[in-house]
Amino acid sequence: MPTFALVDGNNFYVSCERVFQPHLNGRAVVVLSNNDGCVIARSNEAKALGIKMGHPWFQIREFETNKKLVARSANFALYGDLSDRMTSVIARCGFRYEAYSIDESFVDLSGLNDLTGCGMELRERILRSVGIPCCVGIGSTKTLAKLANHVAKTAERKPGIYSSKFARICNLTELDSPALKHVLMQTPVSEVWGIGARLSAQLESAGINNAAELSQVNPAIARNKWSVTVERTIRELGGTSCIELQDAPTQKQQISTTRTFGAPVSDLNGLIEAITAFASRACEKLRKQASTCSQVNVFVRTSPFRQSAQYAQAITMKLSAPSSDTLCLVQAALAGLRTIYRPGYEYAKAGIHLLDLQSESMGQTQFDFEALKSARSDPGLQDRRKQLMKTMDSINSRFGRGALVVGSVGVNTDGAWHMKQTRLSPNYTTNWQDMPVARA
Amino acid sequence: MTPLQLTEVPKVLAYALDGTVQAGFPSPAEDIAAKRIDVFERLVQHPEATYQMRVRGHSMRGEGIFDGDILLIDRAITPRSGHIVVAVVDNEFLVKKLVVSASGQIKLQAGNADFPDVIPREGQTIEIWGVVLTAFKQFQV
Repeated sequence: MPTFALVDGNNFYVSCERVFQPHLNGRAVVVLSNNDGCVIARSNEAKALGIKMGHPWFQIREFETNKKLVARSANFALYGDLSDRMTSVIARCGFRYEAYSIDESFVDLSGLNDLTGCGMELRERILRSVGIPCCVGIGSTKTLAKLANHVAKTAERKPGIYSSKFARICNLTELDSPALKHVLMQTPVSEVWGIGARLSAQLESAGINNAAELSQVNPAIARNKWSVTVERTIRELGGTSCIELQDAPTQKQQISTTRTFGAPVSDLNGLIEAITAFASRACEKLRKQASTCSQVNVFVRTSPFRQSAQYAQAITMKLSAPSSDTLCLVQAALAGLRTIYRPGYEYAKAGIHLLDLQSESMGQTQFDFEALKSARSDPGLQDRRKQLMKTMDSINSRFGRGALVVGSVGVNTDGAWHMKQTRLSPNYTTNWQDMPVARA
Repeated sequence: MTPLQLTEVPKVLAYALDGTVQAGFPSPAEDIAAKRIDVFERLVQHPEATYQMRVRGHSMRGEGIFDGDILLIDRAITPRSGHIVVAVVDNEFLVKKLVVSASGQIKLQAGNADFPDVIPREGQTIEIWGVVLTAFKQFQV
């Protein structure tokens, strides 16, 4: 029987900040988006103040003085590095895993006996080695593992909804069916993986309010009434695994494309091809959900299972402005790759994460000098590039993925436009100048 | 193509397995399997658990740790008495030697007689952030 764990860093961005700033422990902390616009991560203490995800900063700014709230600008270089360390710990334990987002990994636990013990061990090792506290959800499908993770987090933070024995580690596979049903009943349908806000409203108006009720719906009927995704979700809630490791789902806050290579790659050109392909693919996903991204995290690594020399490195590149343009993102990704590439290693895996996603229509209005400059020299450029991306997507959907790809991969070193990040913590782990100080 | 029987090792391959193929000069190093020293491997045992910090201060000179040195801190190593550690004391990172007495009393010992040891006050908790595996300095070139 397949078994999955979802390992998820608690309030991940805040936890990353706390690793190097111990004085933030126990305090209300938020991390702000691009240009310090709104809240994208909250400590438990900040949640207790009633601060919501997406809360505009100017509305809660007063908490800084009267509630001792601390705000940090998003430091994706730091978060990207710590995320990479988390997955490296999982890999070192010898598990097959999928880095689902910057703070979540699905781990294949199939065939193991002591699943709860295994989840505890993973949590303990990540906390000790990296410094990030995690919750682990375990289930016979990815949907159940994700739900179990929600239970583990909620039981730790808000006692009363679920039994406190589920705090931090929730293993649904050890429950009998009445106990499992009880957990599903306590879980709102909107918390089920793949059920977005719109769909959950539809389901609720059809009288389906929680995961238990959803799991009772006839899959074939659900397919007709809603979609094949809902059908699959229902089967997964019932314990039939339909979504394998690496199978990309919908609606994401981070978009990742990572692959283990069929055979090791050692030369830069091979990696350039791979990263170009991953970035192109990720951009397709990005445009499909009508989003833009502001930062691109690139990583390469050798195989921990081989005897050869080991190397793993990641880097986060900032874009001059939010974009979903393949050409622009490929350039940024390759610039990152060239920085971290070291010759003489057999690379087994590489990938990219698109970070800091925003809805295309919600783009913050920012006086953009670069756009203005290029608009002056070439008034129709922006529109033409958008049209080019549309054409590219339609050609690729018609003739198959990869029919039209980016060939030239020059690097744009101009356009060093900096975001407003007045509360940025140092790049403790990615910059020699920013290294933390230990007093002797 | 005829499939090769596993039992009948072809002549050329058999020679190769012997390591006695006569082609040019035989290498005198042939039988000595040696790997070049990998410095990184020695300095960093668990890359995903290793963080860097810069030393400020003179209290650890007796342990060979000087102002400006860089520490490689391995969080995967379980701290034990006698380890050089980075500890969090009053929200600050300190590098000291961890000394645990027979009665279980913890002390962060300075490596310089001019500096006091850190002994936790009643009720004060000291977090051992990580174990220092390596300290290094680089010279101007």
